[in-house]
Amino acid sequence: MEIGLGHYLTVAAILFTLGIFGIFLNRKNVIIILMSIEMMLLAVNLNLVAFSVYLHDLVGQVFSMIILTVAAAEAAIGLAILVVYFRNRGSIRVEDINMMRG
Amino acid sequence: MIVQVLAFYLFSAILVASGVMVISARNPVHSVLYLILAFFQAAGLCVLMGAEFLAMILVIVYVGAVAVLFLFVVMMLDINFRELRQGAAQYMPFGALLGLVLLAELAVVFGAWVVAPAANQVLGAPTPAIEQVNNTRALGQLIYTHYAYLFQASGIVLLIAMMGAIVLTLRRREGVRKQDISAQLARRREETMAIRKVPTGEGV
Repeated sequence: MEIGLGHYLTVAAILFTLGIFGIFLNRKNVIIILMSIEMMLLAVNLNLVAFSVYLHDLVGQVFSMIILTVAAAEAAIGLAILVVYFRNRGSIRVEDINMMRG
Repeated sequence: MIVQVLAFYLFSAILVASGVMVISARNPVHSVLYLILAFFQAAGLCVLMGAEFLAMILVIVYVGAVAVLFLFVVMMLDINFRELRQGAAQYMPFGALLGLVLLAELAVVFGAWVVAPAANQVLGAPTPAIEQVNNTRALGQLIYTHYAYLFQASGIVLLIAMMGAIVLTLRRREGVRKQDISAQLARRREETMAIRKVPTGEGV
C-alpha cells in the first residue's frame, strides 16, 4: 500500500471544501470566515507541496512560501480592519457592513 | 512503509476532523484552537512528504503568528457570539450543496488527470538528491539566488501589511494626558516664571 500524490490531493480537496462550507455556515461571523480562508490557503499550500514532491521540482515549495507570506499579511490586515470596524460599530455582523453601499 | 501509511492516515484524519470543528465549534476560541491543531497536522503531512523546512515554517508562521493573532482578536473583542450563530442552519443546505458540487468537480479533475510526458524536461528547479543536499539547504540555495527578487517582494508584502495594520489600528484619543517632550523642552522662562516684588508683611 503506497501513499501517493492522489492521497495528499484528496486531503487538500476535502480541506478546501471545508473552508468553502465554513464561509457559508458562518456567514455572520467574520472571524470564522477569516479562519476558513486560512484553511483554504493551507489546502492550497498542501497541494503545491504535494506536486513539488511528486514532480521533484522545488519551485512548488518556493510558491508555497510566498503563499504563506501573503496569508500572514492577509490575516494581519483583515484582523486590523475587523478591530477598527468593531471599534466603530460595536459589532462584527456581516450584515451591518453596508456603509459603503452606494 | 506501513509506518508512513499509518502516519498519513492519522495526520489527515485529525486534519479533516479539526477542520470540521473549526467551522462548527460554538465558541470561537475553540475554533482557533482547532485551527492550531489543523496547522500542526498539515505540518506533519509536510514532514511526511519530505518538505521539512516548509513544515517548520508552517508551525512558526501559522501557529506562532496567525493563530495567536486570531486568538488575541477573539479574546479582546467583546462580541456576543451566540447572536452571531443564529440563522446558521438557514445557510446550511446551500453551503452543503456548493461544497458537494465543488468536491465532485475536484473528484472529476483527480479522476482524469495525467502528467504530461514532457513534464520532466521543464522543471524549474529539480530537487537535488536528499543524500547530497537536504531540503532546507536546497530551498535556501534557490530563494537566495534565482528567486531573490521574489523573496524581497514577499518581504515588502509583509512590511506593507505591518504598516497597514499599524495605521489602521492606531488611534489618537482626546483628553488623555501624555508627556510631550518637545513641548516641555520648548518652554521659555518668560512663559512660565514671573518675578514680583512683594512688600514685607503684605503678601501677594
